[in-house]
Amino acid sequence: MAAPYQEAIPLHEPKSFWTKYVWSQNHKVIAIQYTLTAVAVGLVALVMSWLMRIQIAFPGSVAFIDPSTYYQLVTMHGMIMVIYLLTAIFLGGFGNFLIPLMVGARDMVFPFVNMLSYWAYLLSVLVLMASFFVPGGPTGAGWTLYPPQAILPGTPGSGGGIVLMLVSLILFIVAATMGGLNYVTTVIQARTLGMSMMRLPLSVWGIFMATILALLAFPALFVGSVMMLFDRLLGSSFFMPAVVSMGKMLDYEGGSPVLFQHIFWFFGHPEVYIVALPAFGIVSDIISTHARKNIFGYRIMVWAIVCIGVLSFIVWAHHMYVSGMNPYFGFFFAITTLIIAVPTAIKVYNWVLTLWQGNIHMTVPMLFAVAFVSTFTIGGITGLFLGNVVIDLPLSDTYFVVAHFHMVMGVSPILVVFGGIYHWFPKITGRMLDDRLGHLHFWLTFLGTYAIYFPMHYLGFIGMPRRYYAYEGYDFIPESAQDLNVFITVSALLVGVAQFIFLYNLAHSVFKGKSAGSNPWNATTLEWQTPETPPRHGNWGNKLPVVYRWAYDYSVPGEEKDFIPQNQPPRRGNLEPTGTPATHNT
Amino acid sequence: MDDTLMITFAVTGFVFVAVNLFMAYALVRYRYRPERRARYEPENRKLELWLTGLTTVGIVIMLAPGLIVLADFIHVPQNASVIEAVGKQWQWSFRFPGKDGVLGNTKPQFISFQNPFGLNPDDPNAQDDVLITGSELHLPVNQPVQILLRSYDVLHDFYVPHFRVKMDAVPGIVSTLWFTPTRAGRFDLACAEYCGIGHHTMRGAVYVDDQVTFQNWLGNQSTFSQTNNATTSRQEDNLIQQGRLLAEKQGCLGCHSIDGSPSAGPTWKGLLNRTETLSDGSTVVVDENYIKDSILNPNASVIKGYSPIMPAYDLSDQELDALIAFTASLSLTDNSATNLVSVGKQLAEQQGCLSCHSLDGSSSAGPSWKNLFGKTENLADNTTVVVDDHYLKEAILNPSATIVAGFSPIMPSYQFNDQELEALIAYTKTIH
Repeated sequence: MAAPYQEAIPLHEPKSFWTKYVWSQNHKVIAIQYTLTAVAVGLVALVMSWLMRIQIAFPGSVAFIDPSTYYQLVTMHGMIMVIYLLTAIFLGGFGNFLIPLMVGARDMVFPFVNMLSYWAYLLSVLVLMASFFVPGGPTGAGWTLYPPQAILPGTPGSGGGIVLMLVSLILFIVAATMGGLNYVTTVIQARTLGMSMMRLPLSVWGIFMATILALLAFPALFVGSVMMLFDRLLGSSFFMPAVVSMGKMLDYEGGSPVLFQHIFWFFGHPEVYIVALPAFGIVSDIISTHARKNIFGYRIMVWAIVCIGVLSFIVWAHHMYVSGMNPYFGFFFAITTLIIAVPTAIKVYNWVLTLWQGNIHMTVPMLFAVAFVSTFTIGGITGLFLGNVVIDLPLSDTYFVVAHFHMVMGVSPILVVFGGIYHWFPKITGRMLDDRLGHLHFWLTFLGTYAIYFPMHYLGFIGMPRRYYAYEGYDFIPESAQDLNVFITVSALLVGVAQFIFLYNLAHSVFKGKSAGSNPWNATTLEWQTPETPPRHGNWGNKLPVVYRWAYDYSVPGEEKDFIPQNQPPRRGNLEPTGTPATHNT
Repeated sequence: MDDTLMITFAVTGFVFVAVNLFMAYALVRYRYRPERRARYEPENRKLELWLTGLTTVGIVIMLAPGLIVLADFIHVPQNASVIEAVGKQWQWSFRFPGKDGVLGNTKPQFISFQNPFGLNPDDPNAQDDVLITGSELHLPVNQPVQILLRSYDVLHDFYVPHFRVKMDAVPGIVSTLWFTPTRAGRFDLACAEYCGIGHHTMRGAVYVDDQVTFQNWLGNQSTFSQTNNATTSRQEDNLIQQGRLLAEKQGCLGCHSIDGSPSAGPTWKGLLNRTETLSDGSTVVVDENYIKDSILNPNASVIKGYSPIMPAYDLSDQELDALIAFTASLSLTDNSATNLVSVGKQLAEQQGCLSCHSLDGSSSAGPSWKNLFGKTENLADNTTVVVDDHYLKEAILNPSATIVAGFSPIMPSYQFNDQELEALIAYTKTIH
């Protein structure tokens, strides 16, 4: 089977420091650039969360946190974490690094656009940071940026802050679109010989589906941001009804605040799946690798990812049950929301069933993957409470919602980020992360995040509202709630400090970590089969890999080793056990 | 609703415990042993179908009761009384339909200091609407009530935690919720949609009373037509100013003091409705008519003890009215000090000052009133000022000119009359 795949192709490798590490079109370098930027800005948002928690537990103790500053912290923490950290690291970080390697390509199909995508992302981060330095400071409208308050006095940053936020989001969307086109096209067009769609590892499926969601959903945020900018800068009234603000009747008339909410959440709900689906995929691969067992029900896992992706576009108004929208919508959206729980639950069962009768190495990546399943289960379950309209009524806008979305967005995907970095660090750098520090980091983080968010559900049940600067003077909140708040804050501060163990481990291991070899986990997927580690420019040397099997040939009966790499040809004459008929199609 | 909640707890609780226990068991039972191999089982159709089926059943068990209760929530009972709740940064106001049972029309264009609800003054249904400011609502027990929600400025949310209901108040539309309070008592009202820096202070109370107490309370509140007439007192303010100017220009104050001190003629302080003895021994109540006569034809009814030296003044009806108004205002300032303070306190509560200004020193949208009077403050324009009567008046009438450093210039101006300003200042002085 002579093929152009197997001829040496001249590869134009960059030579200077600047073209190798700064203006790089190499997907691996771009992935690291995305990851470092996302982690840096995420640390800023992490510190913001400490300040918020200190204010809640010890009101008034930090003099400069007045209500205005507090609400700015709430807003920037949320927006940075959701968009600039989670979305950027899963798509721009993991997506960029893994996709070409896992599909057997040399790079993304549009490397120059890929490079531009990172610089547009960096620019969006800088514009966002600039909002700290304009008069009035950054916007304090909540990460959801609801009008009319986002652009009216009485909300911090309604001057320059909201403008810069919206501009920054627009730039981010440009970056995400450029990157997204790359990821989708590379998966569809650049798979190597033998890599059919149903032989792709689930990491690729997760990121692929998330990217499709991003390409379809981000335009809604784009449009909403532009319309709000027009309302703010040009005095249009897309979202602005007639209002009397601070005693003065303003010039707006006829707009609809609820319209913004529909537009925002049409983006916002798929957005959370843009974060969750890559996490789902990565967890599947980590569990099966470290349990030495194929992922249970691969085909259903793929279908579940696709169904969740499609359904995610018809559930958005479950964020709007108390928005004053037509109450009959509640019926439709409650039904679709609870339907989406079915494929999600199936994925949870399949992860757990993968562990069943496996041969499980309790490595640090495995620990993080298992922790993901546990925390995502509780987070998803509280979503069932909120998805049912009448149960949402007392719980909406309380700490129950805060606990829910932190569990599903803040805890579980971040655990996957950690797990993924521990898992792929050896491939990226050729060195292992320190194992004992990894275990310490894991236990502090896992137990700590449960300590933070488990009690928070109770606070929501007793009705403690969210986005409150202080809680004094309410009869319905018992004194003991404040004790819980202190407990949560202390836990949060400890978990925050524990992350420095991870950062130290990263920095130290890049230079001094144990040498890893090319496939320290004995994994089957293509990225571990590169001729060099770390992979050099062009990834595969002279010959592109050829794929003969699905991604999960672990513990195949009758084989000497407990794994078979995807590019290992079948032995002549031997009958190999079939996975499913689909996995052996080319 | 509680049934749905309990069912959800039961189903999801079972799943949570089962998943975690199963995982924990598997991790221990199937930990790595080099002589073992994991099972090679790519899929198990039957098991997956069963799991899908059971999950779907579980979902339906939770969703079905939820949707049934939702249908109840949407259908407002026929016998529900209808009231309105209005949110604005950062306080709640309420409106009852009054005797005609119909709430009057409103438009944002009608909102003014005198007409805070924006009621259409030409709408006959609006006249008897009962208006309640000050974020405290009373409701009768066991009576279903539908609340129509409005907002002036931004999104708010009417949330009574004990009742476990909430709904956003959206500017530009009227949203609604209904409920039946079943227990008497006082219940916190909170705002549950972030609405700016005063969001956490936008609070109030819902008092659930028995019918009698409720009707009493309702009867004590003012209606739109009454507060509308109160606006004419604003016009009277101008009349009082006119009267004062006249009194000065025409030289009345040369013989009549306004502070109670003796002079050629009787003092005007506390004059109105006083009973006086005339020079011929008869008594008279000093009312409007007597004052008019005294001005037009003074020597017909001189007060005992005074010489008949007052000249006649040929003033127009309007000028007479102005002088009478001025005289009347001098009688009203006979409030005792504590009365003034309590009026000031009431004003502060009803006009929403306390939404932004705390009384206990805590930081909020505006400076705390604790120990405010006499304090030296730095203003936003880098000048310093001592907080005295004059500064406080300025700060209320024209706040953007007197913003304290470190605060946003968002305080609206309040066009109180002199009396109201004095009352507020008196109240401020007592806050330590």
